[in-house]
Amino acid sequence: MRILSKKNIITALLILLIYAVGEVMLRQGIIDSYIELNIMLIGINIILAVGLNLVTGITGQFSLGHAAFMAVGAYTSAIFTAKFGQSFIVAMVFSAIAAALAGVIIGIPTLRLKGDYLAIATLGFGEIIKIVALNIDYIGGARGFMDIPKYTNWTWLYFMVVLSIVVIKNFVDSRGGRACISISQDETAAEAMGINTTKYKILAFVIGAFFAGIAGALYANYFYFIKPDSFGYMKSIDILVIVVFGGMGSIAGSVVGAIVLSLISLFLQSIPELRMVVYAVILFLIMVYRPQGLLGKGEFKLKFLRKRVA
Amino acid sequence: MEQVLQQLINGISLGSIYALIALGYTMVYGIINLINFAHGDIYMIGAYIGFACTTFLGMGFIPALIVSMVSSAVLGVIVEKVAYKPIRKSTRIAALITAISVSLFLEYGMMYFVKPETRTFPEVLPSQNITLGNVIVNNKDIYIVIVTVVLMLVLQYIIHNTKTGMAMRATSMDSEAAKLMGISVDNTISATFALGSCLAGAAGVMVGVYYNSIDPLMGMMPGIKAFIAAVIGGIGIIPGAMFGGYLLGITETMVSAYGYSLYKDAVAFAILILMLLIKPKGLFGKNVREKV
Amino acid sequence: MPVLKLNKVSITFGGLKAVSDIDMTIEKGQIVGVIGPNGAGKTTLFNLLTGMYVPTSGEILLDKGTPIKLNGLKPYKITSHGIARTFQNIRLFGEMTVLDNVKMGFHCRTKCGFFSSVIRLPYYYNEEKRVNEEAEELLRILNLDSKKNELARNLPYGEQRRLEIARALASKPSILLLDEPAAGMNPNETKELTNFIVWVRDKFDLTIILIEHDIKLVMGICDKVYVLNYGNLIAGGTPEEVQKNPQVIEAYIGSEGA
Repeated sequence: MRILSKKNIITALLILLIYAVGEVMLRQGIIDSYIELNIMLIGINIILAVGLNLVTGITGQFSLGHAAFMAVGAYTSAIFTAKFGQSFIVAMVFSAIAAALAGVIIGIPTLRLKGDYLAIATLGFGEIIKIVALNIDYIGGARGFMDIPKYTNWTWLYFMVVLSIVVIKNFVDSRGGRACISISQDETAAEAMGINTTKYKILAFVIGAFFAGIAGALYANYFYFIKPDSFGYMKSIDILVIVVFGGMGSIAGSVVGAIVLSLISLFLQSIPELRMVVYAVILFLIMVYRPQGLLGKGEFKLKFLRKRVA
Repeated sequence: MEQVLQQLINGISLGSIYALIALGYTMVYGIINLINFAHGDIYMIGAYIGFACTTFLGMGFIPALIVSMVSSAVLGVIVEKVAYKPIRKSTRIAALITAISVSLFLEYGMMYFVKPETRTFPEVLPSQNITLGNVIVNNKDIYIVIVTVVLMLVLQYIIHNTKTGMAMRATSMDSEAAKLMGISVDNTISATFALGSCLAGAAGVMVGVYYNSIDPLMGMMPGIKAFIAAVIGGIGIIPGAMFGGYLLGITETMVSAYGYSLYKDAVAFAILILMLLIKPKGLFGKNVREKV
Repeated sequence: MPVLKLNKVSITFGGLKAVSDIDMTIEKGQIVGVIGPNGAGKTTLFNLLTGMYVPTSGEILLDKGTPIKLNGLKPYKITSHGIARTFQNIRLFGEMTVLDNVKMGFHCRTKCGFFSSVIRLPYYYNEEKRVNEEAEELLRILNLDSKKNELARNLPYGEQRRLEIARALASKPSILLLDEPAAGMNPNETKELTNFIVWVRDKFDLTIILIEHDIKLVMGICDKVYVLNYGNLIAGGTPEEVQKNPQVIEAYIGSEGA
């Protein structure tokens, strides 16, 4: 199997095809701005979910503070575009790096924690970041940050989504990814088998945070207004629900989960309180009847492609 | 100095509330190793039941308190039977997510039925200020502390002097062995939930009376803070939850008193993280090594 | 030439001395047995050797040409130095396939990093191919290749033990630590295991240290036996010497020694 294998070329062409279709539909006005908004949300959720899946599903580190990384990215991008007048790509790079740094800062102290304690500690970190943001006037504090230039478009969104999926999938299907999976299975045994668990746990956090930062930047520069309360533990739980729904450990599951749950949210929009109640019931039913989520640990194997070209 | 004393009194009242809620968390965690995210919402529903009793049924403070406590206990048992029993054998993450789902269900279900606006409690405890030197003590503070202390004493009695209490202690140490000794683990777990929820409901009513306003999301923050209090004391350890509740309440009011009230929540989380990193078993906890 | 040397190794856990003043010399190619009653400190000793615990005093020296002090090194580093182990209560990666479990063992002998994997450089493909081939070869040698895509937790007990050994062998150790490999086996299986251990030692050019309760197995294949009791080393020598040691007999073997 080489990088220029038939399977990879066909996949690349499919990716470009979907992009082109989307671009055409948007330019022709076939997709109106309401649908575009929802596509943006879905895309952002996919990036967030895939990143969290790496941390929680693949590496087994239960993180309830993922939204904080998104916040770091969103605010960084807002500052760089609105206050420093930088281009989107510059802002995006800084957002991702800032979020990744936050990942290191949160990842290191929590190394020794497991399970419930890790979950609560990450929740605590996330809330601390949110509270700090609420109290910084430079970024608007509780009133929020307004007038962020709208740079996010279909192109940016689509290729960031593709990037996050490809990077994380390629990592998971590699020596490093296997190390992360073994940590979630049995950390002591993994350490005994020669795996530097510290390195991989932090790496997972950093990669997840990196992409959450990108998602945050996309979000800020599309909705041109952000406030700290949008990035609290409720958002973190939202992302976790997507990951669990799609199947922890399944990248394809996170993608499907993000799409399905965003659509469900959309349909329930007319009855806002009931939406959360329905959400809660769905979550409960999955936990009781299908805790492995929609796709379990499986992925799309694109078997049909392999058969034809083998 | 008087400022400090004044804040101390406020802190003790707040601490009483946290302690009552924390007790429920710690008892449930001790017995089935679950962080009951929905516990804060039982507190919220307790407040609403108290509201209903006083506003629509014209009850006084104590009767409303008792009705709320009983109803909360029943609700806690129902939640356990419907939501937590089926996932008793699941992974920790599955259990945690189930708890989160129950919490969301209660919060937003409540919001749907009672609408999100805050409600005000009627004046069931006429406010009276007692001045001790330069410090003002409100009789509501006294009520809260007295009720809390009474409830805690009753709880201690139940845990240490009744068969149910002994069953609870045994089950939290080793549920398999307890089962073999003829203890009905199911009933014991229900009793634990009932007791914890009862205390949370009491806390809810008292908060309604003391702070005068309630809303469907009022359980979130106090719930998390009470959990932090339980961790501080040592999760699963009952005196620890009491201690942690008061420590957190007093710390929080002190932080506010010194002008950092915007950061008071952050301080609570910072304490949590420090505890988890330095002494994860809590101030009263024992260190148990994992056998390799 | 001693490949592993323990000098007065002790560890204390909050006031309790779990293991005290252990002196051991292990020569290359030997099969060394560690026996003793339950709670004597045998698994603690393994945990010390693999870096899970750090000795409170004494030193553990590994000789790979130059002596390396193992005290304080993290477990994964010690594994990369060539010490691998199995566990008393089998610790496989249950939800991973048999093949993946073995591939895991190769981790410290491979190098493909984050960026090479993500960008899929040719190095990635070459290394993956090599790891796959070596893993399958190992499974074939240990008679597990027919189950390579089976989930590890679905294997019968005896095969799980073999898989744990395969996984340990994947890290290309020079010293293999086996923690109660015969636990749960009937006499026939134990006999097969006995031959298997000798065969593994010969085929992979290993030094083997083994914790066991089955005295027949230990006395049958060990070149040297160490006896622990209450954390102390009460005897060390050939099986015959140890069997005759009155302290050992009193503490452990009883009348079934011969």
